[in-house]
This record gives sequence, structure tokens and C-alpha cells, in this order.
Amino acid sequence: MSTLSLAVRDSSTMLRRNLLHARRYPSLTLNLLLTPIMLLLLFVYVFGDVMSAGLGGRADRSAYIAYLVPGLLLMTIGSATVGTAVSVSTDMSEGIIARFRTMAIHRGSVLVGHVVGSVVQSVAGVVLVGAVAVAIGFRSTDATALEWLAAFGLLVLFALALTWIAVGMGLVSPNAEAASNNAMPMILLPLLSSAFVPVDAMPGWFRPVAEYQPFTPAIETLRGLLLGTEIGHNGWLALAWCAGLVVLGHLWSARTFDRDPR
Amino acid sequence: MTTGSAIAARGLRKSYGDKTVLDGIDLTVPDGTVFSLLGPNGAGKTTAVKILSTLISADAGDLRIGGQDPATDARAVRAAIGVTGQFSAVDGLITGEENMLLMADLHHLSKKEGRRVAAGLLERFDLTEAAKKPAATYSGGMKRRLDIAMTLVGSPRIIFLDEPTTGLDPRARHDMWQIIRELVTGGVTVFLTTQYLEEADQLADRIAVLNGGKIVAEGTAGELKRIVPGGHVRLRFSDPAAYRSATAALSDAVRDDAALALQIPGDGSQRDLRVLLDRLDAAGIEADELTVRTPDLDDVFFALTGPAATVPHQPKEALR
Repeated sequence: MSTLSLAVRDSSTMLRRNLLHARRYPSLTLNLLLTPIMLLLLFVYVFGDVMSAGLGGRADRSAYIAYLVPGLLLMTIGSATVGTAVSVSTDMSEGIIARFRTMAIHRGSVLVGHVVGSVVQSVAGVVLVGAVAVAIGFRSTDATALEWLAAFGLLVLFALALTWIAVGMGLVSPNAEAASNNAMPMILLPLLSSAFVPVDAMPGWFRPVAEYQPFTPAIETLRGLLLGTEIGHNGWLALAWCAGLVVLGHLWSARTFDRDPR
Repeated sequence: MTTGSAIAARGLRKSYGDKTVLDGIDLTVPDGTVFSLLGPNGAGKTTAVKILSTLISADAGDLRIGGQDPATDARAVRAAIGVTGQFSAVDGLITGEENMLLMADLHHLSKKEGRRVAAGLLERFDLTEAAKKPAATYSGGMKRRLDIAMTLVGSPRIIFLDEPTTGLDPRARHDMWQIIRELVTGGVTVFLTTQYLEEADQLADRIAVLNGGKIVAEGTAGELKRIVPGGHVRLRFSDPAAYRSATAALSDAVRDDAALALQIPGDGSQRDLRVLLDRLDAAGIEADELTVRTPDLDDVFFALTGPAATVPHQPKEALR
């Protein structure tokens, strides 16, 4: 069997294992989806009118839904990757990983199985949160089929990038609690991005925090694709962030996994 | 390196920081035999297994597993071995059957073949009934059986068992011994670590005693037992007069006046015993109790390992 077909076959076996875990024990993933859904409902129904007025429009919560949803879709991905870090860390402490390491299988397949499984779960989470958003009145304005496709592609790419980083975090965490703490930035960063208010509305000293991080350009790009706002250089920035994080996360994870376990 | 050996190691070293775990050990395990690495907790047994099974790398040393060098071709080694670790290497979140099918997939068996092999092994290890339950709900013995069953999916030629019976109840332990014996009958080489001397005595063709990162003795169970002195016949009397006349007749005996007992050194062989009985008959001595005591692996273990090496060991008597 060639190296490539071995890699594909073993990785898909590992993917099946991870999806089986997720299907048997969906509570972790579902719990993590609660945060974005709660925030969505809170910001639309409690703060919606105020936010909308504050952003320079009428006090109309349905207008704020449109602004809010792209950010919360990406936040859903961030939230789901906390679950990735926890499940990778838990998995690494299991004896079965030691067994995998002593088997003549494609070495990377353990990680690839985790990554692909997590991306699938993230995207499923995005679909779920998106469905809630549509149910409470979110509608995309004049997005073409191509833009929908690009939006979906961006979500998958963003999920892939954060997942590889989360896998690295899970690998260096000694236990589930540590993994959950280490993955905190995945939930904090979207709160500090343009998800809830535009960067312009933030104090000057704070703007760099919102600007120089992956969520803001990805949110602005998604907003542009779904709602027709100006994307500008954010598209390229988002792609660059994603590509950079994928490469970084992959190298970090692979190197950590290849080290001798204690 | 010897040909025909499943495992050969020379000068194996491993340390973590400034703590030396393996301090240059040499091992040779011929094909189709059971080799037992015996030692107290913390002696380095698990580290040795981890290195031999390619889980971690050695700091120094020359290694051949199934004729392959794990340092240059870990993959070829992995294709030849199966490992059952100290902590069960099963996926607790999925069922026993799913664990088996996972192994079949990773060994690239076809779907049909995988199902056949999995069902066969589940049956053989008496797990068919529990096959649809999550492995986390299994008892210790069942987990260990599933663990071995998973190891056997790939039909490995060399199997590493790291303390396979630790924590098992006596019945489960004997079941495990039976499983190991069957493996050997099938031509598999077994590398077994244990802290139970009886286990090594029961199963192993050769035993190495590991202590403080060094092999302190190696040989068959019989050879090891010969290392430590202490074989004797003990005669106990209830009548002080009989005891006194016996002491007079057996001048080579060690006296225990308080217990009215005599210890006559000997190797416990039939010939040795007959000579002694003839002497007793000739002198008209009749003891109330006669016990033959041969050194067991416990004696070897205590003599060779740990701080107990300097403390005289109180032997258990074996009634014959």
C-alpha cells in the first residue's frame, strides 16, 4: 500500500472513531454550542434595540441580528474547538493511544482523525446556530450562490485553522481542565473582535487588540459575503490568518505528538 | 546479534533528566519462548517494554526486534509486534466489538475478514455476550481479555505483556495464564513483565531479574533458585528425649532447641531424602513432622532486589 493511500485509509478509520465518540457522547459539543446561542438570544432580545440605536440606526433589533450573526457563527467555531482541545487531551491520556503508537499505521492519522472530526462537528454547530439565527429573523441580503459557497468555504477553513491550534493545545495539556483553560482564547478572542460592535466604536488604544487577531477579518469577510458590506483587504487578511494558523498548528501538533510520551 | 532471536538488546540505556532508569541492559529472547522480566515497582520494567515496543526511544544501545532495528525501521518492528500495556489499551467509549473492528481496520483487513476475525477472537476470549457494551463498563479481567484480543487481531509474532495480571482476581489471573500458554503453543514469542514471582515461575522459559535499572540475574527458574542457598529438611519432635537422641545421631544438623527441631541441609532431591531417611531408620529416630524446603523465586527476589537484599528473609515452609 502506498504511503498516501495508507494515510487516507488510517485517517478515515480514526475519523470514524472520533465521530463515533461524538455521536455517543454529544453532550460536550452541545454544551459548548450553548454559549453562542445564549449570546445570540441575549444580544438580540435584550440589547438588540439599544445596540442598533447605538450603531447609528433606529432602535430596531432585527437590524442588529444581521450585524451580529456572522460574528456568532465564527464564535461557534471558536467554542467548538475548546471541545477539541479537551477531547484531544483526554484521548492522549488513554492507553489506546499508546497502542496506536506501537502499530504499523500512518502516524499522523491519529491527529488527522481528530482534526477532521472536529471540523465536521464545528460546521455542524455552525449550521445549528445558523438555523437558530434564521428562526429569529436573520436573512442574508443579495448573496449569490457563489458568495454562499465562499462563505461556507471560509467557515470550513476557519474551523480547520482553529482546530489545528486547539489540537496542539490539547496535546500539551496534561489533563482536561488544563486543556479547557488553555483553549480559553478561542472563546475570548471573538468577544474582543468586531463581532458585537464595529472596531471604530472601540476606544483607540483598544482597536489594535480587535484588529490584529483572526476573528475580526474573518467576521468582516463573512459579513461582506452574506450582507454585501465592504470586504476590502479583510478577505486576504482572513485567508492569511487561516493559512498561517493551519501551518503553525499542524507543525506544533505533529512535533508534540512525535515526541516520546512520558 | 544472535540470529533466531525474537528480541535482542545490548547496552540498553534510558534516563529521564539525571534519573537513570535503564543502566545498560542486555537481553536475548529466542523465537517462540516466554521471557519474563521480573522486578520490584520502579525497577524499569515498563520503560524496558516501552523501548522494545517502539513507544519511546532508547538513549543508547543496540536493538533488534524480529530482526529489525527500531531506531532505523520502527515500522517493520511495529508490523511484527503486539503490545498489551499495564493500563488497558482499549477505547472505553466504544463497545468491545467496535474496538475489535477498529483494530481490524487499522490492520487493513477487508470488512468481511475483519468481522470474521473480530467475532472469532471475541468468542475465544469469552466476550461475545459483552461485545455490544461499552468497554468502560467491563470488569478488570474482561478489559484485559479484550486488550489481548485486540493485540491478536494483527497476528503478531512477538507480544509484549506489561504486567498483564496486575490487579486481577485469582480466577482472572489463571485465565490470563492459560491465554498466554495458548499463545506460546501457537509459536508466538512472549515478553512478559511481572512483579509476581509465581507468574514468572509458571510461564517463563527464562527469567531476568531487573533491579535499579540493571539485570542482576538471568536464567531459568531452576537456575535462579540455585543462586540462593537455603534448601533443607526440617525435622520436628514433640518428645525432648527423641530430640536429644536425634541431635546425637545427626551431627551435621542445625539445632533449634526451642522448637525441638533440626535442619539438615539438602537439595530436596529424592536421593538426598532417601539417604536421610535411611540414617534416621538406622538410628531408630522417628520425627513427628518432616518438611522439605527448597528455595523459591521469592528467595531469589528478596536476595537480589531492593533494600531487603541485606535483611534475612523468613522463608515459607513447603509441606511435602
